[in-house]
Amino acid sequence: MVQKKSVTKNRSLPKSPTGIAGLDEITDGGLPKGRPTLVCGSAGCGKSMLGVEFLVRGATEYNEPGVLMTFEELPEDVITNSRSLGFDLDGLVAKKKLFVDYVRVERNEIQETGEYDLAGIFVRLNYAIESIGAKRVVLDTIETLFTGLTNAAILRAELRRLFSWLKEKGVTAIITGEKGDGTLTRNGLEEYVSDCVIMLDHRVVDQVSTRRLRVVKYRGSTHGTNEYPFLIGETGFSVLPISSVGLGHDVSRERISSGIPRLDAMLGGKGFYRGSSVLITGSAGTGKSSLASYFVDAASRRGERSLYFAFEESPQQIVRNMQSIGLDLEPWTDKGLLQFRASRPTLYGLETHLAVMHKQIEEFKPRAVVIDPISNLINTGSVTEVRSMLLRLVDFLKSRKITALFTSLSSRDTDSLEKTEIGISSIMDTWLLLRDIELGGERNRGINVLKSRGMAHSNQIREFIITANGIDIRDVYVGPEGVLTGSMRLAQEARERAEKLERQVEIGSKQRQLERKRAALEAQIAALRAEFEAEEVEVGRVLAQENQLVKQLEIDEVAMSRSRQADKSVAPRNGN
Amino acid sequence: MKPKTKRVARKSYSKAARQEQGGHYDLRLYVAGQSPKSLAAFANLKELCEVHLAGKYRIEVIDLVKKPQLARDDQIIAIPTLVRRLPQPIRKIIGDLCDRRQTLIGLELSEKAEN
Repeated sequence: MVQKKSVTKNRSLPKSPTGIAGLDEITDGGLPKGRPTLVCGSAGCGKSMLGVEFLVRGATEYNEPGVLMTFEELPEDVITNSRSLGFDLDGLVAKKKLFVDYVRVERNEIQETGEYDLAGIFVRLNYAIESIGAKRVVLDTIETLFTGLTNAAILRAELRRLFSWLKEKGVTAIITGEKGDGTLTRNGLEEYVSDCVIMLDHRVVDQVSTRRLRVVKYRGSTHGTNEYPFLIGETGFSVLPISSVGLGHDVSRERISSGIPRLDAMLGGKGFYRGSSVLITGSAGTGKSSLASYFVDAASRRGERSLYFAFEESPQQIVRNMQSIGLDLEPWTDKGLLQFRASRPTLYGLETHLAVMHKQIEEFKPRAVVIDPISNLINTGSVTEVRSMLLRLVDFLKSRKITALFTSLSSRDTDSLEKTEIGISSIMDTWLLLRDIELGGERNRGINVLKSRGMAHSNQIREFIITANGIDIRDVYVGPEGVLTGSMRLAQEARERAEKLERQVEIGSKQRQLERKRAALEAQIAALRAEFEAEEVEVGRVLAQENQLVKQLEIDEVAMSRSRQADKSVAPRNGN
Repeated sequence: MKPKTKRVARKSYSKAARQEQGGHYDLRLYVAGQSPKSLAAFANLKELCEVHLAGKYRIEVIDLVKKPQLARDDQIIAIPTLVRRLPQPIRKIIGDLCDRRQTLIGLELSEKAEN
């Protein structure tokens, strides 16, 4: 049996996938196949759950039946406990996919006299393995034997024999062990199980607990060496290997709308890049959530799913508040395009938040994510922790081409704002700054694009107005009076309008004056022309009279000469 | 499972039980094949019973190699294991029973042994 197995593993170590989200990525494919793995940790860290899930996934997803040998918990308890993770152990037992054997070790029931061995356990394990053809075995926690039996020498020898026997059987086994003082396990199980050791940890810092997992060693295989946060949720175990993403992700050239046309115009005319990370900072009440809601609204309009993590408001409150500015998100939540996940930042530690978000994103598969606000999360951890968490979150989102919008509450002082956010802003591709502009006894909102990688963005501060009909972005008044917003801008605009009107009136009167002048001039011209025409007629009449006179004179002259009997003919006066 | 009672109290209880059940001993020896330890255990047990429980005991030898499912049913961990099924309560003694005094304590027969 062993020989058959070992023939197949010639080059790389064969692995048995656990089916546990994230763990297979950290271990580069799963646990060493046909070998025991030690899972150790302190009480309540989730060792048993890891074991149970390993068996359940094996039975349901990889068709590898498994044996659970429990030394501490009664089978009924194991079954009840794992039901809360959605595992139906009863059903698996009935289908012969799982065999549960409870080994009771009670010191006061047992008297030791002389030599013995643990053949009883061997027989039971063997029977269990053979009866369902098991490929996986979990021993939880075999260390209980050390409390039940006094002869440590026999125990150690027998455990060594047990683990090598398990290898011979070719089953992939998980052996759990309680963490000891300065050692991995209380009774030094790591001496016997040395192929793969996984350590679970449940730490409480500032009254907030975080579960972490680390692969301490994995002989003959590469593995992630970091501590990874993990969750035990409604669907079982999930580990988050997100720090391993790095910068290898593809980038998209696709642009998506921010939901506000004017803001898109400020962002090179087309909006955000798909898969980019957007940070909106601003002091209280500058409209960060409103901007975020417009963004998810736009995503929903495109028919894309979006996930809204709210750390300040409840989903109903967000929906109600957005309705007050004329944005109705309810149809999208009803359609299932938009989901809210509201929780208090102090509910879990930072790592756990990350883990939860990771899991929910994996489940819902949104194309847009809003985290509103990250500044509340920052309060739950140190700056370096927050930075590393955000980095991992951003990397993860980018690898999935999910556009992420983060809001962050900042102090009102804009200088310190830009300074304090440096750590976070370097991770972000686009940074929108919402600011207060106080002028003339009122406060108005301004928006500008502080940075936006890969696009020609506007450098202008715009006035950001929230009305009952939605968000409006307007040009601020920039003139000899300086930058004006709000009612001062309105006053200035009114003043300008008045001036314009006045000027228009003036122009009108000037035009009318001109008209009048023109009319007068034309009347004058007409009079002159009439006078001239009259004169012309008069002159013509005089000329005709003169001509008539000349002709009469000629006639008279001819008649005169004729009467005088002149010898000389008279030439006509006109010379013709 | 019974809370851990004081030894004296349990002893007096089991004495009473023994009287009720006529002092009959129902013993089971779990072995795995013909291993030397198993054979030694059986020999030791037989001898002890003949000395201390002559005529009021029954020994049943169970080979787990042949009936492995019984290991689970009777909560057997070690081999050899001697189980005193009667008189109540059930007592378990593991090992090859080479130490007679310990075995007698295990079977709660120490008083008689001293007598």
